[in-house]
Amino acid sequence: MDRTKTAPDAPLLAVRGVTLQYKTKDHLVTATYRVDFDVLRSDRFILLGPSGCGKSTLLKAVGGYMKPIEGEIRLKGDPVTRPGPDRMMVFQEFDQLLPWRTVRENVMFPLRSAGRLTRKAALDKAMEYIAKVNLTAFADNYPHTLSGGMKQRVAIARGMAMEPDILLMDEPFAALDALTRRKMQDELLALWEGTRFTVLFVTHSIPEAIKIGSRILLLSPHPGQVKAELDSLPAAASGAEVTALEQRIHAMLFADAIEETVVEPAHA
Amino acid sequence: MNLTSAPAARPEVLREPVSSASFGIVEKPLSIWERITNQGWVRKLALLVVIAIIWEAYARQLDNPLLFPTFSATVTSFVKGIFGGDLFSKAITSLRVLLMGYAAGIGCAAVLTVIAITSRIGTDLLELLTSMFNPLPAIALLPLALIWFGLGTGSIVFVIIHSVLWAVSLNTHSGFLSVSNTLRMVGRNYGLTGLRYVARILIPAAFPSILTGLKIGWAFAWRTLIAAELVFGVSSGSGGLGWYIYENKNQLEIPNVFAGLFTVIVIGLLVENVVFRVLEAKTVRKWGLQS
Repeated sequence: MDRTKTAPDAPLLAVRGVTLQYKTKDHLVTATYRVDFDVLRSDRFILLGPSGCGKSTLLKAVGGYMKPIEGEIRLKGDPVTRPGPDRMMVFQEFDQLLPWRTVRENVMFPLRSAGRLTRKAALDKAMEYIAKVNLTAFADNYPHTLSGGMKQRVAIARGMAMEPDILLMDEPFAALDALTRRKMQDELLALWEGTRFTVLFVTHSIPEAIKIGSRILLLSPHPGQVKAELDSLPAAASGAEVTALEQRIHAMLFADAIEETVVEPAHA
Repeated sequence: MNLTSAPAARPEVLREPVSSASFGIVEKPLSIWERITNQGWVRKLALLVVIAIIWEAYARQLDNPLLFPTFSATVTSFVKGIFGGDLFSKAITSLRVLLMGYAAGIGCAAVLTVIAITSRIGTDLLELLTSMFNPLPAIALLPLALIWFGLGTGSIVFVIIHSVLWAVSLNTHSGFLSVSNTLRMVGRNYGLTGLRYVARILIPAAFPSILTGLKIGWAFAWRTLIAAELVFGVSSGSGGLGWYIYENKNQLEIPNVFAGLFTVIVIGLLVENVVFRVLEAKTVRKWGLQS
């Protein structure tokens, strides 16, 4: 129905001049100012920046939870107006799984409630993705019996099983311990190798951005503005190259570190 | 302040873990006694037995069945009342009215809280109504109810609804408010809206609070029912437990009075420890929302 949809080189997600504001109890905070970027199909697109750069707010806007006061966000040419299962979110919090449903039911629930699949088809698809994150043995467990890393894997399986246009990940590994975190990063890359899904990934860790991303958007804080958009390194890159890119990004992000204020928005 | 220099280099320590076979227990099942005493109902049953023994001992020593009949006399008149007398039919009458009022109260509470959660003015309405009517004893409304609904079940159901409604709404609403923001966002991410969102996300997530509300509502309903029956006694030919207690007091059949009270207690214990316990085990405990 939309011309842009059929254009072969059109971006999957187009963010154009997006300014976002939200209200705290006694402030009106501008989280991002006129941010532009394009996400192409099968991108591993990273939003990177220090806390307070509005990267999570930006992700929420793409998720449809808040409206830009200026600019527009288009997914496959259609403006984003409300949350929906074509943009599945993976949150940082461990409590994102429904505690009253087992692992299998958690993965099945959005498949069923979107009304796309029959019970049998939803079950098969859920088990397929649960197997992909190596949790087949825990399919009948309730979330409270799982570790943090396992819960995040279920959340990722739930997001992927919906086969959304784009998977939105809001610092999904930030609350994990360092060892589990590295393992999850490797697993995510392996999953991507298998299915080539598109993912928009928020992080404040430079090494994580370089490791996971194929393209990195750097945002400056207060309010978030685009500082740079870079290609990341291939997995085969040498340690020296990685260190060099890390230092380059670090220099760009913290060039104006002195001016950085201490005002922390309520839900950065 | 005496600053020390950095500690000297120390040798590395490398060890092999000892095989578990060489130090006995790693994991062993609990003894039967420990497993029995881990059951809540066993411990409660033991407490009940102790209470019954104390009752029996005190009543025997007092030796005045008019003031305080023994436990065995109470149980005897309870059994006699159930199988020979009309205690059973009175209890059924009471329970029927109680369930009617309780169900209607929960229905009203559901409507009120759904309105409250979907709009800001609804929240204000709920808060206002609850603060106005929650402190008002249901019995104080009984005279009015009698004028409005006449001498019959209608009046009792009305006061029971009043006693259930506010407790259940208050708890349900505060449960809805405490649902984590992440879960709300997850629900909306699935594309759920309106009643489907309330039913699929909010109600299960708020279930611990809802359950508390249901329990409090149940207790309030019982109290109100028995009190109302004591005050206005018989309705349409067959009174309930309150009436049974009142009647037997007038005839100085004190063991029967105790048997009536005993029935209320037994039903209360059963509902709390069987119905609500099963409901808890099947929901909030299973989901890890409550330990």
